[in-house]
Amino acid sequence: MNRLTLSGGRLVCPGNGLDRVDSLHVADGHIVAIGAAPDGFQADHTLDANGLVVLPGLVDLAARLREPGEEHKASIASEVLAAAAGGITSLCAMPDTSPVTDTTAVVELVTRRARQAHRSRVIPIAALTQKLAGEQLTEMAAMKAAGCVAVSDGGRPVMNTLVLRRAMEYAATQDLTVMLTPVDPYLSEGFHMHEGWVATRLGIAGIPVAAETAALARYLALAEETGAQVHFQRISSGRGAAMVKEARERGLPVTADVAMHHLFLTEMDVSGYDSQCNVQPPLRSHADREALRAAVADGSLQAICSDHQPHEPDAKQVPFVSAEPGISGLDSLLPLGLRLVEEGLLELSTLLRRLSLEPAGILGLPGGHLQPGAPADLCLLDPEQIWRLDTDTMLSRGKNSPFLGWEFTGRVRQTLLQGRVIHGQAGTPEPVAG
Amino acid sequence: MKTIQLDDAGRLRHFLTVEGLPRSLLERILDTAESFSGVIEKSVKKVPLLRGRTIINLFFEPSTRTRTTFELAAKRLSADVLNINVATSATSKGESLLDMLRNLEAMQCDMFVVRHADSGAAHFIAQHVAPHVSVVNAGDGSHAHPTQAMLDMYTIRRHKGDFEPLRVAIVGDILHSRVARSQIHALNALGTGEVRVVAPRTLLPRDVGSLGAHVYHDIRQGLKDVDVIITLRLQRERMQGALLPSEHEYYQLYGISQERLALARPDAIVMHPGPINRGVEIESAVADGPQSVILNQVTNGIAVRMAVMSLCLEGRGAAEEEFA
Repeated sequence: MNRLTLSGGRLVCPGNGLDRVDSLHVADGHIVAIGAAPDGFQADHTLDANGLVVLPGLVDLAARLREPGEEHKASIASEVLAAAAGGITSLCAMPDTSPVTDTTAVVELVTRRARQAHRSRVIPIAALTQKLAGEQLTEMAAMKAAGCVAVSDGGRPVMNTLVLRRAMEYAATQDLTVMLTPVDPYLSEGFHMHEGWVATRLGIAGIPVAAETAALARYLALAEETGAQVHFQRISSGRGAAMVKEARERGLPVTADVAMHHLFLTEMDVSGYDSQCNVQPPLRSHADREALRAAVADGSLQAICSDHQPHEPDAKQVPFVSAEPGISGLDSLLPLGLRLVEEGLLELSTLLRRLSLEPAGILGLPGGHLQPGAPADLCLLDPEQIWRLDTDTMLSRGKNSPFLGWEFTGRVRQTLLQGRVIHGQAGTPEPVAG
Repeated sequence: MKTIQLDDAGRLRHFLTVEGLPRSLLERILDTAESFSGVIEKSVKKVPLLRGRTIINLFFEPSTRTRTTFELAAKRLSADVLNINVATSATSKGESLLDMLRNLEAMQCDMFVVRHADSGAAHFIAQHVAPHVSVVNAGDGSHAHPTQAMLDMYTIRRHKGDFEPLRVAIVGDILHSRVARSQIHALNALGTGEVRVVAPRTLLPRDVGSLGAHVYHDIRQGLKDVDVIITLRLQRERMQGALLPSEHEYYQLYGISQERLALARPDAIVMHPGPINRGVEIESAVADGPQSVILNQVTNGIAVRMAVMSLCLEGRGAAEEEFA
């Protein structure tokens, strides 16, 4: 029996519009009451949340934890530490591991390692096809039983449209969300940045927006016929966001996310051949960034993910086009999100919709709420603290971030997973006298 | 990229791209090359300007002509030259580029002349070399080939004088051409009246106009009344990438023939960065004809590279002096 009371914090819930200073009571890992404690409730611990903002823990729809297979870049243990420190209580591990997450054995390995780390919850996403080769379906029902809630192409598009259609139908039968990265490999493989005037100046072969929209059109055509619940990962262009919006208005059961860095960076950031800005999908034009921001504000894009891809230093210490793509994004997810609030693009509650409520909903998870019955996955934020992201403050083992040196306002003080402190000084909450 | 090339006093430290360099500096390169051209024509073709300096030609991509002219240029400045050809393939990763640089630097060299298949490679190397080492870009991917562009400017100036009244047409594979990009920047910086690019859409990069060039798809319109025609080499592998249907059709549409040359001004010159594909991008009669300055370009390459090397190392102590 573990009962906890958080007192004095500003509670912000994106689901029910709650935004006030009040107490929150937790028993057995769940929120049991807000305001007055339930009859007979005796807290074993109290946490003083005075001056802090209490948020539902973040849910990140796309992270690479590099385990199994690329432990020289990062491990589950190293990355859940960074996630917990960043207020992220649940994160999806993409299936492009080595071996690929296409069997229950790998699913169980990932969940076991995550459990042993005692930090954030890791949700393994299963591969849509065996070895992500786009040929043979995976045993989705078995992996669902082992804890998977979604299947994904892991960023490697299934080129055979018939296989893709059947994979989507089969996933729909198992009631699994299908996560797809809209990218046409013929228009993107071997190319390294957005096709536009900067790529022309730098002499870098460019990836056109059509790499995204052509793939989206193909996926939408199949979504229409299969009835699959499809989630598009990492929309990078204004036109892509508009296609998702239009499809949703037609009533298709599709959702989409955008990587946080696409809301801040553009092709211009590549101008000095900065290999930290080598990402897939590529950083696009200023107009795309503005359109993505608008789509996040009006809800045409439902979620923002970290698209976390930690690398060892050598992966980026090479000329731009030889660098491995990706940004280590767990540490900067919430700080950058708070900056969107600071800049006036989003209300705090809207930000929490994009970072917590909607991503949880996309996966059918109960998170994202501060209300009785919800899991006590909580993030306690000091809204005034000013700090700088650098290689010392970054906890992910991958220090590959173009945001190093940025100053942020607002820092996570404590993170709780099912009422248990997984990050923060008061790791052992003080027992209440009496 | 603009700042890394110049030191605090505004002098050339690295020569990576023409983009962003002031007109006065480009003219200084051309003037310096002019003064060296006399040296080349003498029987003793040496000046002692870089005596005791070590220059390493670091070529990650095969090249005969560019490497040879760099080597000759360095030797005529009395520098010691080392040629290192690094066979690279995507699969055989041995020593990392950075480790290799550290090792070569340990040999107390003063300059790297770098050719690499990756756009941005010269820039990357310049960012990581020791403070006393200069980097000259001898071609990086499709990005820049600034010494080639400057020798082309030198050739144009020798034949045409002032850039301002000139119309210059660059014909061919602009998409993959580091030479074309550097030429467009140089021509614009030097105040050229009009820079044109002539190619099918498949061989033009997106928003090429933003570099400062007018786009033509029709060769007849593109060559009309121009003073300078620059033809680019067409790589055979472009046929495989579905960029063009055949060499034959390319020649029919974009080959520089005598008939097409007649569309340009009567005193127009024809240039080519070489090596030329006769009957693909240019007719032999034009390449060898009186308006062709293709071989002059090669000769001028030595003087221009001497100028760039000496300007980069000018007023900078040799490694051991600086650390004394």
